[in-house]
Amino acid sequence: MTTNIIRPLAVGIAALAVTALLLGRAQAGDDEYYPPVTDKLTLQECGSCHLAFPPSMLPGASWKRMMGDLQNHFGDDASVDADTAAAITRYLTLNAGDAPGHASKLLRGMKPGEAPLRITELPKWAREHREVPKTDWTRKDVGSKANCTACHIDAAKGYFEDD
Amino acid sequence: MTRTCQALVMLCAAGLHMPAFAGEGEDLIARYTAEARAADPAFAGFSAARGEALHRSRHGGGKPDTPACTSCHGEDARTAGRTRAGKAIEPMAVSVSPTRYTDAAKVEKWFKRNCTEVLGRECSAREKGDWLAWMMKQ
Ligand code: HEC
Ligand code: HEC
Ligand code: HEC
Repeated sequence: MTTNIIRPLAVGIAALAVTALLLGRAQAGDDEYYPPVTDKLTLQECGSCHLAFPPSMLPGASWKRMMGDLQNHFGDDASVDADTAAAITRYLTLNAGDAPGHASKLLRGMKPGEAPLRITELPKWAREHREVPKTDWTRKDVGSKANCTACHIDAAKGYFEDD
Repeated sequence: MTRTCQALVMLCAAGLHMPAFAGEGEDLIARYTAEARAADPAFAGFSAARGEALHRSRHGGGKPDTPACTSCHGEDARTAGRTRAGKAIEPMAVSVSPTRYTDAAKVEKWFKRNCTEVLGRECSAREKGDWLAWMMKQ
């Protein structure tokens, strides 16, 4: 009697576990993919000093704030003419992490209204990299936290998996 | 004398030849030549040697972590450089990167940014022409 009930239950639980595993993996896949910049102007103006960061990695308010002061861009002058700035701002905000239909996981844990300028200071980014050893950051080919491509080889294609 | 050389008498006189350097690149040299002459009537042509010195010298007026053009572009212009954020920069020498200096607006934009970064001021037309002469020579 009992075994009769337990057996299907066990099978059910096993099936559930498998489903959960699959779902878990599917989710990890989503976590890793951030559509890369496809706009030519943005690639050209925002991709020569560092990776052209995926627009979904920051909220729209961050991009607006950053684009409003490119002359003082982390100590560099990244300024462009007004038309170019307007076009890039439009592209970045339309594809921002909080734009309709984007719901970027990297923005989790942010307080409403925040407009940080660094992806590397987002709470979720910090959590994802908590276990990365210190020596990895100081490796000569890394140099900076913002050098995503040093560790995520396919970052320019939008993939940020663990390798 | 080829057509390129006719347009660039000054550089050719200095013994330079420019593979694949045409169109907007020529216009730029012509423009820098005119500007350099306007600034100094005694201007006698661009010099790759002065360009190399500009490229390699450690200047004082700019940002402390980028005292020279080589801080980002590296010691050898025929190999890749690296930005402050760690991204590779394609070589600057025309022999290795033949598509460089073919977009005048791009060249001007980066001269403005990088001279300010390294020298704390914009480069003069003569300095820009000298530097380009050095990059075209190698
Ligand atoms: C002249 C060089 C240059 C250009 C051009 C440039 N940046 Fe940057 N950017 C930097 C530097 C330097 C940093 C700081 C990198 C570091 O901390 O290692 C930076 C950092 C950033 C960061 C933060 C990275 C982090 O730490 O999370 C973002 C986002 C960013 N840039 C976006 C842009 C956008 C958008 C554009 C185009 C409008 C642009 N950048 C163009 C030099 C540049
Ligand atoms: C020093 C190497 C290093 C650098 C530089 C680096 N990361 Fe990572 N990143 C990692 C490692 C390792 C992991 C996996 C961590 C783990 O699973 O514990 C990771 C995980 C991630 C994840 C989560 C991926 C997943 O599987 O869910 C994202 C997103 C991410 N990084 C984005 C970035 C971005 C954006 C940058 C640049 C602004 C960056 N990383 C720079 C090493 C790096
Ligand atoms: C802070 C880093 C940095 C320094 C220092 C630097 N550059 Fe650059 N430079 C760059 C980057 C990044 C590019 C864009 C590279 C690309 O498009 O592949 C560039 C591009 C250029 C270009 C345009 C090339 C083209 O294809 O049209 C010129 C010209 C140039 N630099 C001149 C100089 C000169 C002259 C100096 C020294 C006075 C200098 N740079 C110092 C980072 C730097």
